[in-house]
Formats: sequence, structure tokens, C-alpha cells
Amino acid sequence: MIGASIKAGNGRIGARPAGFWRDLMSVAGRALRAIPREPEALIPALIVPIFFFAVTGISRASALVTDIQSGYFDRLLVSPVNRYSLLLGLMAADLVLVMALCVPVLILGFILGVGFATGPVGVLAFLLLSGLWGLAFTGFPYAIALRTGNPAAVNSSFILFFPFAFLTTTFLPQEALTGWLATVADYNPVTYLLAGLRALISSGWVLVDLLPAMGAVALVGLVSFFLAFGALRAQVRGS
Amino acid sequence: MGARGASRDGAAIRAEGLVRRFGENAAVDGVDLTVEPGEIYGFLGPNGAGKTTTVRMLVTLLSPTSGRASVAGRDVVAEPHEVRLRIGVALQEAALDAQQTGAEILRLQGRLYGLTAKETKCRLSELGALIDLGDALDRRVGGYSGGMRRRLDLAAALVHNPDVLFLDEPTTGLDPVSRRKVWEEVHRLNDELGVTIFLTTQYLEEADRLADRVGIIDAGRIAAEGTPEDLKRSVGQDLVVASTRGEANGAVERLRGLEAVERVDVRGEELTIATPDGPRVVGKVAVALEESGVAVERLTLRTPTLDDVFLEVTGNRLGTDEGGDASEEDGR
Repeated sequence: MIGASIKAGNGRIGARPAGFWRDLMSVAGRALRAIPREPEALIPALIVPIFFFAVTGISRASALVTDIQSGYFDRLLVSPVNRYSLLLGLMAADLVLVMALCVPVLILGFILGVGFATGPVGVLAFLLLSGLWGLAFTGFPYAIALRTGNPAAVNSSFILFFPFAFLTTTFLPQEALTGWLATVADYNPVTYLLAGLRALISSGWVLVDLLPAMGAVALVGLVSFFLAFGALRAQVRGS
Repeated sequence: MGARGASRDGAAIRAEGLVRRFGENAAVDGVDLTVEPGEIYGFLGPNGAGKTTTVRMLVTLLSPTSGRASVAGRDVVAEPHEVRLRIGVALQEAALDAQQTGAEILRLQGRLYGLTAKETKCRLSELGALIDLGDALDRRVGGYSGGMRRRLDLAAALVHNPDVLFLDEPTTGLDPVSRRKVWEEVHRLNDELGVTIFLTTQYLEEADRLADRVGIIDAGRIAAEGTPEDLKRSVGQDLVVASTRGEANGAVERLRGLEAVERVDVRGEELTIATPDGPRVVGKVAVALEESGVAVERLTLRTPTLDDVFLEVTGNRLGTDEGGDASEEDGR
């Protein structure tokens, strides 16, 4: 009768089931305590929403379809408004919105202890890179909006780009990807964007990560703007 | 009447051999027209006749397949920007952004035409009577009635004080009171400011009451053109119209033989007799019909309408004057 025979008052202290709820809280409490102690585990979780802000219909492209269908776009076209402004103005609004949406995500990260290796300037760079990515990407839904004038096509367009988000090194380190997955991730601009954003948070001003990220944004932007402004010209030409 | 929007050659709008094809189908098939500065020109035709397509070419939204057009003296293809600075356009269906307030739409409109905030404000107070939206101006357009939308639409087309105003079916779908209000405003714009107005309509009364000159368009071509009075006179001084039960062909020869009868047309169960002196002829017509054994349901003596002109030049009636709000789908 050793160990289980410590006495306290009239009863002895002994093990007994804590109960489901208490157990639940114990386990969750431990897990939550751990989070601020290893903030680097949060980094993908911070970056991914930013990617989705840009991709999943933040753009004003569906509003553009509404304008085209209602005829309001025609009203704009009969005014002497600069034709490029019609699209760039919407894109500028998108840029502001994507950057604004990044702010609460970042604040949450700070609360949980994520620090920027690159300091306050790095935070700005992070916002800018995210915003530019959003801007670069937004060309696709606008191109679809102007070519099809179909709201359903615009709203579902992001599905086309879903693979971009997953076939990257966001969730798995590069080495863990094999075969065709590795190949796709290698050619996926998102891989380089995410590497750049991650570097800003955890490693500092690492040019070998940042330059490819900027290159990826520029490349995607070039392709999407080419498509979007081509579609705009076709709309504006009145043929 | 002033002479704003005059071109170098004097015309506010000039179209020569204007053609627009969509695939095989020619929506506009060789339209020639000239509108003088200060004129109200009414483009009358049924749905699908090519009215909207013509307007869309004139306002630089659609490029012509062939032919040429100039508005306010500027070529619509070569100098679209110059044209846009000089025109105001209210297209069908009062296209407005439901998410914005009326005031926001008008201010945006002013900005797009390069007006300063002060100038826009000044223009809006000048247009106040037309807008007539009161507090609703600061509410979102989504909650506006059809008449309110139309008035806002018209105001938006006028903020920058254009020389030539295009109105595509400005009163389609409006109640009679709102319609009358739009008519008054169109007249006032034209009388007081000398704005040249090109309007399309499927309503005979609208063309008759508003337009200085009417062009009747059918199947992409102008079938007749002139002042409403001239057009009506071309049909005849008076018309005797007999609605009959069954075929009336038997009576035609006898009617043609009558004194002072200029023309007899039969379309189904309707006989139209054109004459310079209706009151004198109507009795003889009744007798002739009786003698021919034609059962007459109704016999009317009246002066010609634009609908009679339309019938004369196209072979079809334009339909009732209350066409509902069916809209023209071409040119989109």
C-alpha cells in the first residue's frame, strides 16, 4: 500500500478520471501554449490566405460583368474616359483591397508571436509583394469577364487556378515532393512567390528568394495583363 | 434655336451608306441621313428594325461594317474621342449602377467628362428640375422606380452640356405621366438650349409629338423620311377605313370607280380608302360596300397617322402604341 496511501484530511489523494471536458481542455491548452513558442509553424497559414484573397474572386471582375450586362459599361464607353483606366481603375481597387485584407492576417500573426526577420520595412515589402501578386493575378478574371460577359464563368474561374495553390511547397518542403508533383511545383510561380514571402518573415533579405518571387509576380502579371487588355481592346473596338 | 454641334459642312449628324452586319444578317443595311443642328430627329421603327444598331454606331460603340458617319462634325471612326466629348447618350434600359447613389453617379459622370466638382454642382442645380429626385438622390439607385431611373439617366447624359443628345427609346416602359415629363424636357432642351436630339422610338405618338423630322426604319433601311405632317399628307388628306367581316376584295373595283377616291388598299379584313375629301366620300363608300354585299363591322373617317405611313411604306402595321416594354435586342 505505498504511493496510493498519502493522506489529506479525511480522504486520501488518489487518481480518478478527470472527465471528458477537462481532458479536452488540458490537451487543447497545451497545444495553444505551444503555438506562440514555435511561430514559424504559422507562416504557411499566414501566407496561404493571402494567396486566396488574390485568387478567389476578390477582384471586381464580377462587378464588371454586371456593368457589361446592365449597359453601364456602354455608358462609360461613350464618355471620353481613358480606355485603360476602365480596367486599371478596377485593378487599383483590387490592389487596395488585397493589401487591406492582408493587414488583419498579419496582425493575428504578430499576436501569436510571428516576427519579421526583415523588420518593419519587411512588413511593407510583404504587403507590397502580396498586393502586386493580387494585381498580377486579377488579370485572369478580368480577361474572362471581358471575353465571356458571363458571371458564372468569372465566379468559377478561380477553380482553374486552385492547383496553383496546392501544387507548391506551401504545405510540404520541396524535398518531400517527388515525380510530377515536384516538376509542377518547380514550374509553379506560386512556389517562388511563397518562398519569397517566407524569406521576408523568417530569413531576412535573401535575394535568391526575393528576386525569383518578384520575377514570378512579373511573369504572371505580364501574361494576365496581356490577356486582360487584349480582351478590353476587343470590347472597346466595337466589332 | 441655337446651332450647337454644327459641323464644318453644317450637319449635326450625317450618315452615308451606313451598314452593320452581324454575320450574315445586316442589322443596318445602308442608312443615309442628315440631321441639322437644333433639330429633333425621330427614328421610328419596330423592334429589330435596326434603330439601336444605328445609334450604337453613331455614338462610337459599334464600328460600321461599311459606310461612314459623322457627329458634331467629327468622324465616328476616325475621331471617336472628339465625338464622345460632344455627345450625350441615354441608352435603352437606363443603364445605371444599382450600388451607387444617384448623386454619386452624376458626380462620377461629371468627373469622366473633365468637369471640376464646382462645375458639376452648378450643372446639377441647373438640371434640378429634370432630375426631380429630392432626397432620393442620396439613396442607392437599386431602389429607384423606372421613372426615377430614366430621369437620372437623362440627367447623366446631360451633365457635360452636350451638343448632340442621343436618346434610345427614352420612354419605353414608362407610365404616361413619366413619359409626358420626358417629352416636356426634350422639348425644353431643344427650345432653350438648342441641343440637337436624335431619338429612337417605337411609339407613333412620341415621334409625332416630339420630332421635327421622322425617319421610318424597317429591316435596316430608311423607308420614308420627312416632317410628320409631310409624311401623313403623303398617305392622303383623309382616310376612310372599313373593317369588314370576311373578304372585301369584291368591293375594291367599285370603290376605285368612285369620284374623289385616290387609292384603295385591302389588307385582310380592312379596307383603306384615301381621299382628299373624306366627309363627301364616306357616304358613297358605305353605299358601294352595301351594294357589293360586303358586311361592314365598322366604318371610320379619320386623318392619317404615322402608322398609316408606316403601313404604306413597309406593308406592316407598327402595332399598337402601347408596345409594353419589349426591348430591341440587336446591336448588343
